[in-house]
Formats: sequence, structure tokens, C-alpha cells
Amino acid sequence: MNGITSRGKVKNIVQIQDLVKRFGEVVAVDHISLEVFAGEFFSILGPSGCGKTTLLRLIAGLEQPHSGEIYLEGKPTNGIPAYRRNVNTVFQNYALFPHMNVYENIAFGLKMKRASKGDMDSRILEALDLVGLPGLGSRKSKQLSGGQQQRIALARALVNEPPVLLLDEPLGALDLKLRKQMQMELKSLQRKLGITFIYVTHDQEEALTMSDRIAVMRLGKIEQLGEPSRIYEKPATEFVANFIGTSNVFSGDLKRDDGLLLTMTTPDGYEIKAISDDVSLPETATFMVRPERTQITLDKPEEDLNILPGTIQEIIYLGTVIQFIVSSNDTRLVVLEKNYRGHQQLSVDQDVFVSWDISSTIMLSGR
Amino acid sequence: MNPRATCAGQLMVSPAFLWLLIFFLIPLGIMLVYSFFQRGRYGGIVWNFTFSNYSQLLNPLYLKPILRSFWLAVANTILCLIIGYPTAYYISKRTPRIRNILLILVILPLWTNFLVRTYAWMIILREGGLINTILIKLGLINEPLQLLFTQKAVIIGLVYGYLPFMIYPLYVSIEKLNPSFLEAARDLGANRFQTFWRVMLPLTLPGIAAGSVVVFVPTLGAFVTPDLLGGAKVPMIGNLIQHQYLKMRNWPFGSALSFILLSLVLILLFIYIRAGSSQEQQ
Repeated sequence: MNGITSRGKVKNIVQIQDLVKRFGEVVAVDHISLEVFAGEFFSILGPSGCGKTTLLRLIAGLEQPHSGEIYLEGKPTNGIPAYRRNVNTVFQNYALFPHMNVYENIAFGLKMKRASKGDMDSRILEALDLVGLPGLGSRKSKQLSGGQQQRIALARALVNEPPVLLLDEPLGALDLKLRKQMQMELKSLQRKLGITFIYVTHDQEEALTMSDRIAVMRLGKIEQLGEPSRIYEKPATEFVANFIGTSNVFSGDLKRDDGLLLTMTTPDGYEIKAISDDVSLPETATFMVRPERTQITLDKPEEDLNILPGTIQEIIYLGTVIQFIVSSNDTRLVVLEKNYRGHQQLSVDQDVFVSWDISSTIMLSGR
Repeated sequence: MNPRATCAGQLMVSPAFLWLLIFFLIPLGIMLVYSFFQRGRYGGIVWNFTFSNYSQLLNPLYLKPILRSFWLAVANTILCLIIGYPTAYYISKRTPRIRNILLILVILPLWTNFLVRTYAWMIILREGGLINTILIKLGLINEPLQLLFTQKAVIIGLVYGYLPFMIYPLYVSIEKLNPSFLEAARDLGANRFQTFWRVMLPLTLPGIAAGSVVVFVPTLGAFVTPDLLGGAKVPMIGNLIQHQYLKMRNWPFGSALSFILLSLVLILLFIYIRAGSSQEQQ
């Protein structure tokens, strides 16, 4: 029940059961349950205000829940304050102690555990090497660049060898190139150390790149939890579909034709088909298709595809891909095509057809 | 530097400089000169150059009050810190509205005349006063306690008078402290005391230093409080000076005492400024 396998090793290194946290009237964490597997890179993704940082702080022990339980390594943590939990946090603003130098910052956790000087020295040197900043021991944090501060914050947490590392949007303050570089470094660091990372971010691309599994949060609840590919290819709700990547969304009345095929009739009168093995048939539903699954053509395709006519509103050149904004009656469609030479013939205000494979249509539930 | 600017600058500063010169520097200079001469028989001054006004200070009669002033200034500062720090911390944790009310309450007594407030303490501490009456009524003591005209009473009066001056700088420092530093300490395994001692205290040191200076320096020169609450029994430097000028009409000796006080304060301020700037350089 607490995620301990028959061999006695903890499989679910973090287990959250029906957790609730309120701030006055606002329910920041609304009955959340989930498990984090040992050794995985687990991301909590969502827009600002969704409760992801609160959830992380509850795990860290910096907040106490109103109800529910968090198990760390199989043991309950309710009532146990942060300083006695075996987790460490990398804060969004790094929170490096300004009155201490780098060495003393990293040493802090070890000092609290009363490590010997020799032990501390070797572990701190190791930690500095691990984050790629050897020899910076005597600097003060204000003498460091943003990227360096971030790594020292990481070293300060990792030197304590916590089984779980919590990261609260650690890369937010870095510029794009540095951020991308740090994403790779964090991922390879996590793999190398085998420590469980719980990573909070609002950047969906970051989550997709780095995570083994993602929990998408909204208004205190988890909308979907799964591997990045699954969340992207099969979003459970319209919110997830829109938050991760872009999506073309359609709503309308449903009719089941034969067996697996569902036909939706949009208010404009167009038919969109989808394949669904779900036996239940809601009257109205939401369909969605990813822009990169659609094609844009001047002539109407003859194959059995979903086809919508429209007019090009905008052509956005993104380098590796070209994005077309097409308006089909009142619907705004986004089409993403690879940068082939053939598309140089298309221009704004042209009438075109947007089409996609029936199997690419995804059915969403909820709002 | 633009010669016009320096000229204009000097012109603008000169009224202030003039004021300082006429009402501060020149009187100080006069006092300094006096301190090297002797008192005439009926007051006034006799122009015999002497160091005796300064060598007299080594007499225990005068040395004791000087040392007592130091001791009381230290005690006052420490007590104000012990009481003021938790108070400032408590205030900083309230909602903004309550915070403002509390801060006003802290400063409100300062809008009342200090003499009146010191008299109030006399009423509270004296033999028939508030504390003794309550203790006797409760049956805890039979005879009234001698609270007034003791060193304890002076300390109470000093702490009461200077506490607001400690609370404000402490509050500013504590309020500015980023809470994520404290959270990081807790996250790394520090209990409440360790978080306070290793993170909060060092990072609020500027407030502690500022408050300490604002309390220590004026306490050295206090004379109303030791006079009223200590009677004649707890003289401080300020009382000595007042005594020499007003009762003994010994302006030279009073001047010497004043200059000793001034020099001590200047030395302490110098050390404080030096310590502050070297800390910044680090």
C-alpha cells in the first residue's frame, strides 16, 4: 500500500494520497493523489496558479496539508517539518545565502548533519565538480553569474545525497540558450546519479524534453499523468491539448456510423471523422488534431481524409517549419508544414484545403 | 569637476555651514578652551592654563559615574535588543494593516513629553506606587520594595525610553529579509534555532548595528532618567556635567567632562563606520 515491493525496496519513493491544501478560500491542492517512482524524472506541469509549486512545497515540508498524506520512502510525513525530511529543494530564486561564500553555502546541509571537516571537504569538491564549477569555493554568490548561481544551488542540494530532489522552476531566470543547455545537463545528471527528480515548470517544452513522466495540473487538480509522448499524442482534455503544443479543436454533435468510426458535425456543417474504440457515445464531444498532422493543399484531396476548406490568413516562417493560419468560416485552424520548397506557391488570401488522416483525430473529454 | 558647480555648491551649503559654525563649532571651541583653564572663586574663569580638569577624572568620584555610564549604555543596548528583536519579528509577520497599527503604537509614546513619561515611572515605582500597591494587595510582600532611586529603576527608564529606537531599525532589517533564505535553511536541515542563529541573525546584522548605535550613544549622555529615577544615587556622566555647570559653576571642569564624553562617542562612531565599510568591502 505504501509502495514497498516484496523485496522491501521502495518502488514509489513518493506517494501522495488525497492531499488537500487551502489558502483561505482558495483550494491550491484539491484532493491530489499520485505516485512517483524511484529514480524517475517526474515533472509537474501547469500554468501559474495551478498549485504545482504548492504541491512541491508540501512534499518538501515547507507547507503542511489540511488533509491527506504524503509518504516519503514509504514513511508518512504528516507533522514532520521540513528540516527533518530527507528531501532537498532547488529554489526558483536559488536562495543562496548572501553572507556565506560558495563553499559555506554547499556545506550548510552537511554542517547541519554534523559531518566532519574532512568528509565535508571531499563531498563539496565532488559536488562542485559534478555541476561543472570546480574551484569556485571562495566566491560569494553575488560574484557569480545567473547560470553559476543556479548550479551552486543545485550542488548545495545534491551534496546531501537526498533520495528525492525537488526543483521549483530552476531555469526560469536563465536566457534561452543557457536554459536549453542546463536542461540537457540536468537530465544527464539525473540519469547519472539515479536520484528521483521532481521538477515543477510551466514550460511544456521543458517538461516534454526532460521528463520520464509528466503530471499536468490545473486549478489544484491533475488533469493528466503519463509519459510525454502519451500526453502529447493522446491528451485527455481540451486543457491538456491546448497547454501542451498547439491544437485545432472542434466541437459538435456526434453520430456513430459503423463500429469504430465516429462522425462529428460541426455547427458550420462540416463532417469530421475520428476512430474511437470507446463504446460510450456522448451526444456532444470535442475533437482535436495537432497542426503537424495536417496538410495544406490548393486542390481538394481525393483520399478519404478529414477535409476543411478555408482561406490563408497568415503565413509564419519559423525556420524548420512554416505555420499557416487558415480560417474556415469562423474556425481558426493552425497548420504546420515542414519547410518544403513546394510551399513557396502559397500566399495569404488564397483558398486552400486543410486535410488530415482520420486516425489523427483525437477525442477529448471534459473542458 | 566643473568649477561653476563647486562654486554653486559651496554657495548653497554655506547657510548650513554658517549655522553649524556659529551655533555648534564655535561654542565647542569655546568649551574646549575653557577646559584647560580654571574656575574662578565665584564662577567665571581664571586664565591659568592647567591639565587638572582632565587629570581629576581619574578620581574615583568621577571615574565611577563615567564607567557606570558605559555599563548602563551596554546594559540598555542589550536589553533593548533582547526585547526589541522578538517584537520587531512579531510585527513583521502580521498583515500590513496590523503592522502599521503596531508600528504607530511603538512610536506613539515618543509624541509625549519625555519628562512626563519619566515622572510616570516614578509614580509606578515609588513606595506607595502601582507595583508596590499591587504586590501588597496580592499578599506577596508585606513591606513595600525599594524600587525607585535604584540603578534598576534607571535601567527600566532607559529601556522604556529607547526601545522604539531599537525596534524600528530592527523591523526594517527583518522585514527586508527574503523568507526564502530561511526556507532554504530549513530545507537543508536547520531547526528553528539554527536557522535563526546562522541565517536570520547574520542577515539582520545591519539593523542590529544601527539600532545599537542609536541606543548606545545617547544613553551615554543620559541625565534626566538617572536624575529622576536614580535620585542622587545613580549619577551618570550627564549628571556630572549638569552638576558642574549648574550647581558647582565649574565651567572648566564641566567642559572637560563634556569633551571626554564627546571624544568617547566619536571614537565609537568611528569604529562603527570603519566596521561597516570594511564589511561592505568584503
